Amino acid sequence: MTSLPTTPVEGHDVTVVSLVGVSVAYGSNVVLTDVGLDFRAGEITALLGANGAGKSTLIKALSGANSRYSGEIRIRGEAVHLGSPVQARQLGISAVHQKVADGIVPGLSVAENLTLDDLAQASRHPLRNRRAALADARAALATLGLDWPDAVLSQDAARLAISDAQLLVLARALRTTPQLLILDEPTSALTAAEAERLFDVLRALRASGLSIIYVSHRFGEIEALADRVVVLRDGVVQSTSERPFEWHGILHDMLGRATALDHDRGETHRGTAEAATLDGVRLFPESAPVDLAIRSGEVLGILGLIGAGKTEIAELLGGLATPLAGSLTLQGRAYAPRRPGDAIAAKVVLVPEDRQRQGILPGWSVLRNITLPFLRESSVAGLVRRRFERSRADSVIDTLSVVASGPDASIDDLSGGNQQKVVVGRWLSAGPALAILDEPFRGVDIAARREIGQRLAALAADGAAAVVLSSDVDEIFEVADRIVVLVGGQIELDRYADEVDRSTVIGAFLGQSHGASAGATASAGATPSAAAPLAPAAAPASAAAPPSALTAPASSHPTPAPDPERPSNV
Amino acid sequence: MSSPSVVSTKPSTGERAAAFVVKWGFVAVTVALILFFVITEPSFRTVDNIFGMLKFIAPTAIAGLGVMLAMTVGGIDLSVGASAGFAVSIAAWTMVIANQVGGVAVSVVLVCGLLIGALNAFLIVVARIPDLLATLTTMFVIVGLKLIIVDGKSISSQMTLSNGTTAPGKFTADFLWLDRGSVGPIPVPVIIFLVVTVLLWFLLERTRWGRALFAVGTNSEAARLSGIRVQWYRTAAYMGCGLLASVAGLLLAARIGQGDVSAGNSLLLDAVAVALVGVSVLGIGRPNAWGTALGAVLIAVMVTGFTMLGLPYYAQDFGKGIVLLVALLFSFTFSRRRTVVTAGSTTSSS
Repeated sequence: MTSLPTTPVEGHDVTVVSLVGVSVAYGSNVVLTDVGLDFRAGEITALLGANGAGKSTLIKALSGANSRYSGEIRIRGEAVHLGSPVQARQLGISAVHQKVADGIVPGLSVAENLTLDDLAQASRHPLRNRRAALADARAALATLGLDWPDAVLSQDAARLAISDAQLLVLARALRTTPQLLILDEPTSALTAAEAERLFDVLRALRASGLSIIYVSHRFGEIEALADRVVVLRDGVVQSTSERPFEWHGILHDMLGRATALDHDRGETHRGTAEAATLDGVRLFPESAPVDLAIRSGEVLGILGLIGAGKTEIAELLGGLATPLAGSLTLQGRAYAPRRPGDAIAAKVVLVPEDRQRQGILPGWSVLRNITLPFLRESSVAGLVRRRFERSRADSVIDTLSVVASGPDASIDDLSGGNQQKVVVGRWLSAGPALAILDEPFRGVDIAARREIGQRLAALAADGAAAVVLSSDVDEIFEVADRIVVLVGGQIELDRYADEVDRSTVIGAFLGQSHGASAGATASAGATPSAAAPLAPAAAPASAAAPPSALTAPASSHPTPAPDPERPSNV
Repeated sequence: MSSPSVVSTKPSTGERAAAFVVKWGFVAVTVALILFFVITEPSFRTVDNIFGMLKFIAPTAIAGLGVMLAMTVGGIDLSVGASAGFAVSIAAWTMVIANQVGGVAVSVVLVCGLLIGALNAFLIVVARIPDLLATLTTMFVIVGLKLIIVDGKSISSQMTLSNGTTAPGKFTADFLWLDRGSVGPIPVPVIIFLVVTVLLWFLLERTRWGRALFAVGTNSEAARLSGIRVQWYRTAAYMGCGLLASVAGLLLAARIGQGDVSAGNSLLLDAVAVALVGVSVLGIGRPNAWGTALGAVLIAVMVTGFTMLGLPYYAQDFGKGIVLLVALLFSFTFSRRRTVVTAGSTTSSS
């Protein structure tokens, strides 16, 4: 389909860009530590990492969006300083960011959007005419082998389909003939067929000698496309692996923490009474219904990556969303909260994922941050009882060892970990029957994590139910009595913590057990047994339909799976 | 086993001095201004003058308290001046043309104020138009509607109607009492001003509804997740603002004694200025009732003093502008604390 003008290949395996000891810190918070990587011509490097692993920080430094990095970036062996995105582009590094819409200026034509950089450069073409813009735009599209008619080029770019907009942004990134192209989750808004088209383009670009960094959560795409995988975790490069990829190890590098930090959480408690249930609930429009029982007296850890359905479960129970299908019960009775207030009144509390956006009230005191959801309880005839508020705040500060000068300290003056303790403490302070914590340990240091974990254990011991949702295996093992692994809106594993080991859980992450029941047709003859659940890469590489396939589009591996339209876990 | 977290260190002397200036600077300026006028203008220090000043500023202060209420939920209301002007004409129309008593006029005007507030709330909460634009539009609509209702004319007692007859009604005595009456030595407008201030202070600082209003203005998403009906509180704040604007209009109508079509025109800027000054007065850094009242008093002192000094009326606007500028510098530039006012954004989360 696409005939690309092959720019002279200056020999593959030439290192185009190298990072030497690159670190980035925001204040005292080090988010990227001593990264050393080489990117070679004609190579697609996949960059993997959980949320907050430092992927976007690395991309920002490389694309000139954050010039405050330490260490050295070399382009063809020459040390450069990348002060701005424009400078980075001039030096040969182009980036396409995740949100395509952010790269498109609505109101300007497709052609003007393609040549946007010219508009920013005052010196060139002070007077632009339509025909010149069209010619430039056509030239830009030609690098992708695209030939859009003038009618399309003249229309408002906001009217382009998302996949075409993606191509537009890509064509614009290639206009400066970069040596390194960075793509941040380019397929997140594309359909499988559109993604496939993009992959063809990327393979052709690779053949022409371009070095590409490909960021994605979708293992299927990486299996289909990448030459090597770099895993970041906690700001450190954990591993670099070449084909054939050993997915188990990669996932472990991505999710596991150094074993030195493992700690024994003691006895595993088993709850008895059902606190809440999900009955035949669909987490996504196209996923199969899920049944889940949440029991009092235990901490349930739900493990899953982005898009696995964790946040959906939290939102259903917390009254932020209504189920697409199926129903909920709470303490044996039907439970259909229509708004967060209903959930709170039913003693179901949700500690939301994003502390800054959904949790804290900036500028407010710790005390007022703590009592906000329970104002009705802490007031009589509308009048806020100050003594009641103060004792509430004092007890939160005590039980979670919040480091603050007192309940009247501004929340802004607390460290991130202590802010999180305040937010968690807020929600647990009124003695909930069911507490749901969505990624409660993000950006929280170990000490704070332990304290929150202990608080949850105490809550469960008092007969309440606690649910922790996380994408981190170690966090889940640390806090949970019972572990549920969620993949693509489906429960892959549901066991008590003392019944499973880490590798079984990670195996469930990879969709093994599910592959056995549903994906058997696709993975020719491979029938993994429970005894040997962990050999994802052992299957012949051609069996493709790579692990998890969370949202993997059609596999486009050299030898495609029998039914490429069908993600392996459906 | 406390975590290695950073708690803010003790403020330095300089920081404490700055905090002191931020907190008391405005009070000091007001007091200094009063002292200056007391010394230079003997007539300034009479009790009559003090109540006269407060009476003069009461409509502005009450409209400013309305704007302050809209600010608590992170919004702003630019239609207060138009609402007050609408109230003036509607009060006059009800009494003079429709020949009703003052009590009826007051009721009609207050209902109109609530309706205007409800319109603003509808545009902002349901139609999702940004507050600045929504209330600007309402301002035009209300001014236009007022002119249509009164045929573009000021309504006064015994005026000749378009059919040649004389208007049946007049501004009744009970209505005029709103301006001319007094309880003991205190004029009625001053009492209303004080009562509104105290009620709002109580609502915002002592009740859970006040806490919820501020929560909506500070971080509406966190407020929603805390079970607060964010849209209800937004609606209530704008309706309250409309109500207060119409109260301001009633006082203006009683003062003027006729349905002046241009009444209320200058009220908007003063009301917004007073509410903004209120944010920085006392270094509170968020909308508050006493600060707004104090801001109004400061402007009253300034205007009265300027008049006594024989400065031209147009010097007043310059003076007000400077006061507002200083207030904004205190709020946004010198204050260490983050200011929570986000005028012009309904989805405020600073």
